[in-house]
Amino acid sequence: MSKKVIQAMYNDDDILMDAVKEVRAANHHIEEVYTPFPVHGLDKAMGLKGTRIAIAAFIYGCIGFAFSVWMMNYMMIEDWPQDIGGKPNMSYIENMPAFVPIMFELTVFFAAHLMVITFYMRSRLWPFKEAENPDPRTTDDMFVMEIALEGDEDEMSAFLTKTGAIELKVTEKL
Amino acid sequence: MSHYEAPIREPLIIGEKSYHDITLDVAKPVEGKANKLWWATFLIALAAFLWGLGSIFYTVGTGIGVWGLNKTVGWAWDITNFVWWVGIGHAGTLISAVLLLFRQKWRMGINRSAEAMTIFAVVQAGLFPVIHMGRMWNAHFVLPLPNQFGSLWTNFNSPLLWDVFAISTYLSVSLVFWWTGLLPDFAMLRDRAVKPFQKKIYSLLSFGWTGRAKDWQRFEEVSLVLAGLATPLVLSVHTIVSFDFATSVIPGWHTTIFPPYFVAGAVFSGFAMVNTLLIIMRKVVSLEAYITKQHIELMNIVIMVTGSIVGCAYITELFIAWYSGVEYEQYAFLNRATGPYWWAYLFMMSCNVLSPQFMWFKRLRTSIMFSFFIALVVNVGMWFERFVIIVTSLHRDYLPSSWTMFSPTFVDIGIYVGTIGFFFVLFLLYARTFPVIAQAEVKSILKSSGEHYKKLRDGNHE
Repeated sequence: MSKKVIQAMYNDDDILMDAVKEVRAANHHIEEVYTPFPVHGLDKAMGLKGTRIAIAAFIYGCIGFAFSVWMMNYMMIEDWPQDIGGKPNMSYIENMPAFVPIMFELTVFFAAHLMVITFYMRSRLWPFKEAENPDPRTTDDMFVMEIALEGDEDEMSAFLTKTGAIELKVTEKL
Repeated sequence: MSHYEAPIREPLIIGEKSYHDITLDVAKPVEGKANKLWWATFLIALAAFLWGLGSIFYTVGTGIGVWGLNKTVGWAWDITNFVWWVGIGHAGTLISAVLLLFRQKWRMGINRSAEAMTIFAVVQAGLFPVIHMGRMWNAHFVLPLPNQFGSLWTNFNSPLLWDVFAISTYLSVSLVFWWTGLLPDFAMLRDRAVKPFQKKIYSLLSFGWTGRAKDWQRFEEVSLVLAGLATPLVLSVHTIVSFDFATSVIPGWHTTIFPPYFVAGAVFSGFAMVNTLLIIMRKVVSLEAYITKQHIELMNIVIMVTGSIVGCAYITELFIAWYSGVEYEQYAFLNRATGPYWWAYLFMMSCNVLSPQFMWFKRLRTSIMFSFFIALVVNVGMWFERFVIIVTSLHRDYLPSSWTMFSPTFVDIGIYVGTIGFFFVLFLLYARTFPVIAQAEVKSILKSSGEHYKKLRDGNHE
């Protein structure tokens, strides 16, 4: 099912912010906004929910920590205890001070990498992924708001021009 | 009003720049052709790199005996270079992570290149332990992998193994931090590219970045969390490097001050290297509007503060050696300052303790030439610091009949020069193909910290 969208192009982040608020106030549905840099407060103005990626990172860190404890306990205590400088090799907790650095490093390793991988998967970013921005200028100095087109096209165009849009384009979107 | 910034703050972007101007300025070095100076520097660096590669092949083919090590000084030039490079590799993450947490806007102009420098420096550092293994094809033995001996695992009590984990975590986390920040800027180059080959390469590198509002929201959260993770990580890395020495029982190494002292030294040398590179780069690719005199001044202040911390650590070490009453410890420090390596000690003291003190003077720390000079001096001084700590603690051990001196062979020097060459080869290639300024982030502070916008706003208030 394809639907019609109208792409309104703005050349300033402050005008865009005001436009987003006006469009939302007029009960139109904003499909997407493309910007060349992070515009602070845009997600709130659009009504996007906050991201939960930091919570995911915390969970990944806990997994990394648990993994490091399990790994060193298995290798140093259970599988092949060795006498290394007389350090206690019969109990993980007594040998633990020597394991703190790697417990820390693996916590960070898991949290950082799994969080970034989650980000790339959720935002659909990977090598050979085709870019989907509607106009090449959106990575330079243009801001594009994509609004679902319902009702009269001319009326909508006039409304968007009034909010400060400098170019308008109507396209079909899959 | 949302872009307000106190008028007393100096602008971070000079001139009447628009968003599009930033795009043009950042894309110019990538889209233009390399000049003669670039080619000349590149060829010199490449020659040095090849010389180093030859020295590495010679070492691997013949054995570690081609180095200047002897039975008393079994660790010298290679570990000095390793610690020197790791130290240099600390500034990038400090700038991108710690300054992000402290909301320092001046980081935006320099974080990309500082992080690139970090990654390239850590790559050089990683080479030395691998070469010193002698049989580098067995390098995977440092990882806890199941092997033909059944269950002979690595020793997790060893600081050298902690180092393996710390450095590889640091390198890989810095790399993804850097790359995530690069995506929007690669996308900018992709969308501007005219030649099909360039378009293809930058599409591949940008991972199909489109700049959706939700992507930016996640991007900023990921950057913040990565900064929060990278800050303790960067401190842990040099702490663990210092454990290589501090957990031993060699007089001169066995000191509890090592972790904070090494971390301060690392930040000190890293900022000096950032200053060295950026003072040249801003000129060569004409980015003086984004890497301003104020950026250099702020980095000089960091150099001054960390240099003073390092100076305090040197003096504390001397005091504790005396105060401990341990005569071996006392001798180790007396020998450092007055023994046969007194000249290296003098280099270390004058370059690291004395030279940063000039930065108290505003005139000196805002002078570009002087900053460049001090940055070079600090780089030399920090190399000597590691040399002093390592060689002078070893060369006169408990048995006077084995007292000796260390002198590097041409192979030692060759490998060191080779890593400097390799570092510059990577950095020069980076400067021609990567967006050297985080343009998306700079655009986000243009209205608050750009000179033009600040003037407009301040004019309206009066």
